Formats: sequence, C-alpha cells, structure tokens
Amino acid sequence: MMMALLRRLGQTVFVLFGISALVFLVFFATPGADPTARIAGRNASPQTMEKVRQEYGFDRPLPVQYATMMKKLFITQDLASYVDRGELVVPEIARAAPVTVSLVCGAALIWVVLSIAMGTIAAAMKGTWVDRGLMMLGLIGISMPVFWLGQVANLITQSRYHDTWLFSWVPGLGYVPLTENPWGWFKALVIPWIVLAVMFIGIYSRVLRADLVALSGEDFMRTARAKGLSPTRILLRHGLRTSMVTFVSLFGLDFAQLVGGGALLTEVVFGLPGVGRLTYQALTNLDLPLIMATVMYSAVFVVLANAVVDILYLFLDPRVRDAR
Amino acid sequence: MPAETAPPMAAPLLDVRDLCVSFPSRGRMIPIVEHVSFTLGERDILGLVGESGSGKSVTAMALMGLIDSPGVQITGSALFRGQELVGLPQKQLRRLRGREIAMIFQDPMTAFTPVYTIGWQIDEQIRAHERLSRKQARARTVELLAEMGVPDPARTADRYPHQLSGGLRQRAMIAMALSCNPSLLIADEPTTALDVTVQAQILELIRSLRSTYGSSVLLITHDMGVVAETCDTTLVLYSGRVAETGPTDALFAHPGHPYTAALLASIPPLDGPRPHRLPAIAGAPPPPLERPAGCAFAPRCAYVHDTCLPAPPPPLVPTGYHPLTAQPDEASAHTSAAGTSPPPVQFAACVLPAEGTPLPARLTHSELSTKPNFDTPDQALPPPTSFSSGEAHQ
Amino acid sequence: MTSSVPPAPTATSTHASASASASASASASASASARPLLEVRDVRKTYHLPRGQTLKAVDGISLSVMPGEVLGLVGESGCGKSTLGRCLLRLMDVSSGEILFEGQDITHLKERALRPLRQRMQMVFQDSYASLNPRRRIGDLLAEPLKVHPGPDGRKRARATIINRLHELMDLVSLPVGALDRYAHEFSGGQRQRINIARALALSPRLVVADEPVSALDVSVQAQIVNLFADLQARLGLTYVFVAHDLAVVRQISTRVAVMYLGAVVELGETDAVLHRPAHPYSAALTAAVPRPMVGAVRAAPLGGDIPSPVARPAGCRFHTRCPFVQDRCRTEEPVLRKIGPSHSVACHFPLAEG
Repeated sequence: MMMALLRRLGQTVFVLFGISALVFLVFFATPGADPTARIAGRNASPQTMEKVRQEYGFDRPLPVQYATMMKKLFITQDLASYVDRGELVVPEIARAAPVTVSLVCGAALIWVVLSIAMGTIAAAMKGTWVDRGLMMLGLIGISMPVFWLGQVANLITQSRYHDTWLFSWVPGLGYVPLTENPWGWFKALVIPWIVLAVMFIGIYSRVLRADLVALSGEDFMRTARAKGLSPTRILLRHGLRTSMVTFVSLFGLDFAQLVGGGALLTEVVFGLPGVGRLTYQALTNLDLPLIMATVMYSAVFVVLANAVVDILYLFLDPRVRDAR
Repeated sequence: MPAETAPPMAAPLLDVRDLCVSFPSRGRMIPIVEHVSFTLGERDILGLVGESGSGKSVTAMALMGLIDSPGVQITGSALFRGQELVGLPQKQLRRLRGREIAMIFQDPMTAFTPVYTIGWQIDEQIRAHERLSRKQARARTVELLAEMGVPDPARTADRYPHQLSGGLRQRAMIAMALSCNPSLLIADEPTTALDVTVQAQILELIRSLRSTYGSSVLLITHDMGVVAETCDTTLVLYSGRVAETGPTDALFAHPGHPYTAALLASIPPLDGPRPHRLPAIAGAPPPPLERPAGCAFAPRCAYVHDTCLPAPPPPLVPTGYHPLTAQPDEASAHTSAAGTSPPPVQFAACVLPAEGTPLPARLTHSELSTKPNFDTPDQALPPPTSFSSGEAHQ
Repeated sequence: MTSSVPPAPTATSTHASASASASASASASASASARPLLEVRDVRKTYHLPRGQTLKAVDGISLSVMPGEVLGLVGESGCGKSTLGRCLLRLMDVSSGEILFEGQDITHLKERALRPLRQRMQMVFQDSYASLNPRRRIGDLLAEPLKVHPGPDGRKRARATIINRLHELMDLVSLPVGALDRYAHEFSGGQRQRINIARALALSPRLVVADEPVSALDVSVQAQIVNLFADLQARLGLTYVFVAHDLAVVRQISTRVAVMYLGAVVELGETDAVLHRPAHPYSAALTAAVPRPMVGAVRAAPLGGDIPSPVARPAGCRFHTRCPFVQDRCRTEEPVLRKIGPSHSVACHFPLAEG
C-alpha cells in the first residue's frame, strides 16, 4: 500500500516534468518564431526586446532556457507580464486560484450530493415515472449551455426580479473573499455554484443510474438479496459503494479540469476573477508569460487530481491495491 | 387431530407442488419451468439435475423469491415448513432468506461484493438477522470459517474475495450461508467453477453439513457424478419438466425414464472398458417455445412411439422399483425420518412403466467389467440398436 | 530435463510398429512415418509480472506426438495446459525451447513463413460462439481459409472447388448443407462446435490442437462431439492434441495422456495405464477426485489444500505441498520426468507404480 502510494507520487513528478517541458517547447521553441517578440508583446521597443532576451536567456541553449523559465515560475516566481506593464504572473494566478477553487468546490459539493441522490433514487425506482422524470431532468440539465443558463440567472436575479423578496438578497456580480466575509462569500457564489453544477448533475446522475442498474444484475447483488438484506442496504452498501469506483474517476477528471480553468465561462458570466477568466484575458491580450503560467497551472492540477483519483482508487477498490 | 394429517414431525421441510415459472417475451409467456413437484425432508440432500435450460436454477430462484423480472408469472405452491413461499411478500421473504433458507452460488468470485472483506460480508448477514454486536458477529464468523476448514480463519476474514483461492472462496460462501443456521441450503452448481480436487473437498463439506448443522440441501447441478456422490434423492429435469425422481441409488441403478438412462449412458466412463463410441443422445433439448405438447424428450428418445406424442405430457408414474430391498441402511434412514409415511419410490414421467415395459436396469461399467456374461432378468425391452449415431441433424 | 521424452509406441496408432525405433536419439535418420509429427523440447513460457515476479506457465516440457495418435493434456486450472496447446501451434511465442513440426524447427519462424504450415496444424477452441464471427454466414467463414491459402497445386482454388469442399466439410461434421447460409447465432452450442471443427478441417490439416472443445457443452451434446472427434480421426488419419480438464472425456479420446501440474508434465503414458495405474500421486488423486455417476462408488479421501499459485511455485517437487506421501527429499529436490516403463514416464521420486 505504502509502496503503491510512493510509486504513484513518483510517476506524478515524472509526468509533471514531461508536461512542463512540452509546454515550454510549444511556447518557446517553435521554429521560425522569436519568443522574445512574443513575450515583449506587440510594438515593443528594442530595449524591452533586449531586456527580455537577457532575462529569459533566449540567446542560450534550450535546456538553460527551460531551467530559467522553471526557476522564474516556481522558485523566484518573478515571471512578469510585459503586456500588462510588468505585472507579476505568479501572484496574479495565486490571487485568482482561490476564487476558482471556491467556485468549483461549492459546485462540486452540490453536484455530487444531488447526482448521487438522483441517480440512486432513479435506479431504485427503475421503470417508474419517478425514474423517467429524474432522468429527463438530467437530460435537460445537460443540454443547457452554462453561459446561457448563467445569463438567464443573472437576468432574473440581478435585474428582472431583483427587487422582489425572492432575490433581493442577491449581491451584485463579483467575488467576496471567504476570509473577509463568509456570508458575503456564500451569497456571491451560491448562484454560480448552482449554474455550474446543473450540467454535471445531469451527467453524473445518468451515469450513476446506468451503473447501478447494470450492477443490479451482478452475482454479488443477487447474493446480497439471498442474504435477506433490505433493498435499501443492498442498493447503498453493495451497489452504490461499488459504483463509486466509476464515479470517482469521472469526478476527479472533471474537478481537475474545472479548477484548472475549465470554469471559464461561468467565471466570465458572473464576473468572478478566477483562473479561467485570467486565461481568457491572457489569450485576448496574447500575454505569453501569463498563458504559459496558466497552462502550467492547469496541467499541474489535472495531473495532481489524477494522482489523487488513483490513490482514492487504492482505498475504494481492494483489487487495484493488489494489482500494483 | 384428524388421523389422516401426518404429525408435524413428519411434514417435509419443503413441499413443492406444480411450480410453474413463465417469463414474458414479445407478448408471449415463455414457460421455463412447468409443473415441478418435489419434497425435501429434514436433513435430506436433494439433487436437482439437468442440462442447461432445464429450469433447475430458475426453480431455485423462484423458491428464494429472487426472480423480479417484470411480468414474471409464478404459480403453484411451495410450502416451507407449512408456509407458502409462492406469492409471499418480499418483506416476509426477506426474513426467511439468509436465516431459514440460504443459498450458495456457482462462482464464488463474482458472488462476493469485491470491495468488502469476506468477514465483513459474513458479519453483515449475521447482523441482518440477529441482534449481535460487531464483535460478537465477527467471533461467530471466525468460528464458522474455522468449521468450514478455512486455515487461519481470523486473518482470512480480513481478506478480500479476490485474494482467496476458488476453494477458500467457496468455503467462505458456505460459511456465510450457514451463518444463521438455516434449515435449508440451496446450492446452485456449487462446484462447477472449481477444480476437480477442490470440488471433492467442497462436496465432502456439503455432505457433512447435515450431521454438523442439521441442514437440508437442495443441490442443483448438471453433473450426474456429483449427484451420485452427494444426494439422497434425485430429481431429473428435462426442458422445464420433471423427467424422473427417486432415491439416488434406485434412480442410478434402474433409471425409469429413457432420458435419465441415455444421459447416464452418454457420460464417458473413467473406469472399466472404454466404449468404442459413446452412446450420445441425438439432437439438443428443445427451446421452451418449441417444447413438444407430449413428452418433451420424445424427439430424441430411442423408445418413442405413438402414445408419447399427444398432449398432455406423460404424468409421473411409479417405475416399479422399490429401493427398500436394495439398500436396507439407506431406506431405513428414510423411513425413520419420514415417520409413518410410505418409503419413497421412484417416479418417471414416461409411458413405458405404465405400459408394462419398463427400461432394463442400467449396466454400470464396473459391472460390465466384472460380469462378462450379463443377463438381466428385468429386461423387458431390448435395448435400442443404438441411442444414435447420426445425431447431428438437430 | 535434458533429453526429450521418447515417443511412445501406441497400440492404436497406425504407426506403432515403426515408432519403436524412433526412440533412438537421432530421429532424423528414422523413416518419415516413424518421425514424430510434433516434438517439443524443453519448452518454457514465462511471464514477467510487476515486482519482479515471474509466472512460469510452461516450465520445461518435452513431448512428442506421433502421427495418428491422440495426446491428451489434462490438469487443473493454472497447470499450463492451454498455454502449452497454444505454444504448440505457435499461436503464442515460447520463451525458450524448441518446437518441431514434421521435423522442421518452427520455434522462431516468422508469421509469414509459418503461414503455409498453418494449413497443416489447426486449433479448435472452447468457446464455440466467440470463435465464429456473428456477422458472417457460416459458408463465408469456412470458405475464408480456402480462399486465403493456395490449393495443393499451388494455385488459387476455383470457386467450384471451394463450394465442393464446403459441402464435403458439412458432410464430415454431419451438418445439413443449408447451414452454410446461416449465421452462428442460429445454431446450438453443439452445432457451433461442429462448425468450428469443420473450419479447422477445411485445409485438411494433419494436426489439430483442441483446447477444451467440449467443456462448454451439455453432457448429451458433449458425447456427440467426442464421437465426432473420434470418427474424424479414424476417417482422416488426424493427429490430435486434446486439452481438457475432464478426465473421462480425455480418456475416451486419447491414446496417450500427459498429466500436468503447475506448468510441468508429471506423468506421461498410455491412457489407461496413467488413469488406472497412476504412478504419480497427483494423477492418482486427480482420478480419484472425479465423481463417478454411480452410487456406492468407493470415495477416496480428497486431496487437501489448494493448487499453489503458479507465481509462487513450491521448491523441490511442485506437488509436495499437497502430496499425501511427501518425504523430505521431495521438499528439496525436484524430480525429473523419467521412464518407468516402455511408454510410461513419471516425475516423482517415489512413484506409486512401476511401469
């Protein structure tokens, strides 16, 4: 078990190295394009160009350039954006990350709880109108684009019905840090959470229901019934527990992808200054250091989340534990 | 008390009468099991034997109330200690399952939930039926595993199903089934997934259960060898109907139904001389919807004649053999267990015994080797020239 | 395990008289008929698992199969019988050792060079359904090998020749010609296995390796297929390697039997000698454990314990952990397969029977 954990961590470090090298090569070793000009931004003066060249070591061999870049990203953290008047990139991300994490964690909590409830109830009442109704709801959730749903939510809560008793509590768009005002934080985020979660509730409840229904034909489910257990216990302790293996792997990937910047649309719609919005800005400004940093940040998250999922696997599925 | 009704002691543990199970498919009901009747006494081992599709597993699942496909139709009666199982609400069935009637399955690998330890799963069953603490349940689990011959039971209880060998898994499965001391154990092909040396161990364990636990066993299998070695009574199913039933020794010595005889003959012998060709049965069992109106075995039967063909299928009639004289020990055991009821006789769903032309006694291969000049006084019909050789046009 | 096991003369083999001389080490000088059709020398198949473990699925097996005989490979799960069966036909590469087919070393032949040989060695598998493409007609499936491989004259077979051959094949396996136009799912298990046999026979092979060909079938149908195997062998002079876990089936069909345990042959000899006068305690236990379909058969005490994992094979004799007759020597020294009779070999320090 311990060995398996260590081995998995070792693999993670290796993969992270590979990704960083790849990202670096894509951005700075593309043949025919001078990275200096791209970092310095459009219409940069020759002095700036020279400064950039010096700073990043673009006149030196590639491995040195890579090392310099990694040092600036992770150690000295003084990678600066030239487009944005020398704004330091790493602190910028560090400021954006809590926003994204707040958004995604809240949404994740909602979608996990609701989709498990919906999926399990639908599977338990397979074939009834409850099952069909829940699954139809899920399908509707999946088919609503998040930016549209967000705009509609804004329209209703911010303008149209803002003055009614129902939505008068809704604050204006933007983010309130948790440390400053927890209640404000909650109020600012609760609608974005729901909007972001809707699609995932649809997907996850449908996947879970299908999984549970498939499992109900398994031999061990029959054994559980032959043991005289109650249907609830069979469904939850034997069915749901076994389904969790699939559920967790799906969740890990989606969660990581969202924390890594995938919640971009939600962030833009609700004016949340998160990583997604930062990436969006960097792309529109062609802010190379910022793009590089956000891509790295995102990659790190996906890889780390994968590692966490694999480690969770070790706890969830004893067969995996022995196979390693 | 009226004199006709047997005293409660003599009532069989399980009395199945006319059990029918049909599944709906494309607007029609497919009869999988038709009019199956049998009784199982206390401490008896009854073998339900048949080929795939004969309905033996469906019968067991119906008794357990484990068939829940929509539209399924179960009729007839199954009295367990006088309580009707057919149509019993799930809530009451649940109280019986695991505590009064337990079941073990063919593949012990897939029959355990993969994410829990063996011990956890046995504890769960105990605690589902009895108010015991976790600790007390585990103590019983370890004790049970030890009694099932599991080495190092306390540590084995903490292992996951995939970490055990097939034999140990099946022992753990039996331990789980016995954990609440059920009076009936239904074993559905319990050794089919096991290797032959391990199968021998598990069969011995199952045989020992009646003395150590007082359990009756309903053993479902396709293997005539397993039945012969394990069961007191045998019920042969063919295409969803009972072909023959009787005490195992009588049934194997004097098969009364041509199907039983042909099935036994088609098993390649391991001892004695090697037959040049195996007396195979032509064709294959009919699918439920193409089952003949008369005897289901008629199209493959070497003795088929006009009376076999029209509906209804031939009823079970006594074959005329009484095991009482053959095996005094076994028979007296039966009579004592069954009280005043007459000794069990052998029945076959075939017209031959009624027509006064029962099948000849079976030539066991060891007899063939020891008795070169074979001459049977019971021989009423000459054996057919061959059970079939051009068997292929099914 | 240095020298190969000499080919055994078998009573039913048509080449029995000549094969006695083939036991000499130089089999190349022997006449063609006395030469083993298939010979394996010290074949090993090792899998490397994580954590540096190795699984020796086949652990140094030497065998020869004479033309016209049926060699049964029996053993329980994990004994390597199926792996060996696949290695024999080079459906799987071996880790070391030699495989000779018709005297030709095929151990390291490339797939291209093997292809002409494949016509003469075929395989029948357990799962009759999985081996047949469900979307193609039986006729097309059977015609495929005939189209791919050139005819005996080295040229492509004509359409009429192929159709003739298909009808011949249907006749061989006793199926109606109409079956050619149908699909696999329209047949019962026994019929599908007939089709698989027909496919194996399409190119008139000399050797057929059958891997548990009847174990998925019901008893009554199983007898039909066993008979079919026997008939075809007599009619076409085929040679079989018959892999099965069912001793009774193997006995019915085989001239010789090799009993395998944890990757090695522990006993090899004529069928009834091995099954009725077993020299290896494992063969004895295996035979005794088979439930007989008759009441009152004497029941031997079952063998204790489980088959050890092939990954952690016991040292010394591989059977010593379960052997009722185990002695100190068995725990340390591995017995080699040695002759105890003219055609009977056993890998045991203290064999139960001699010859």
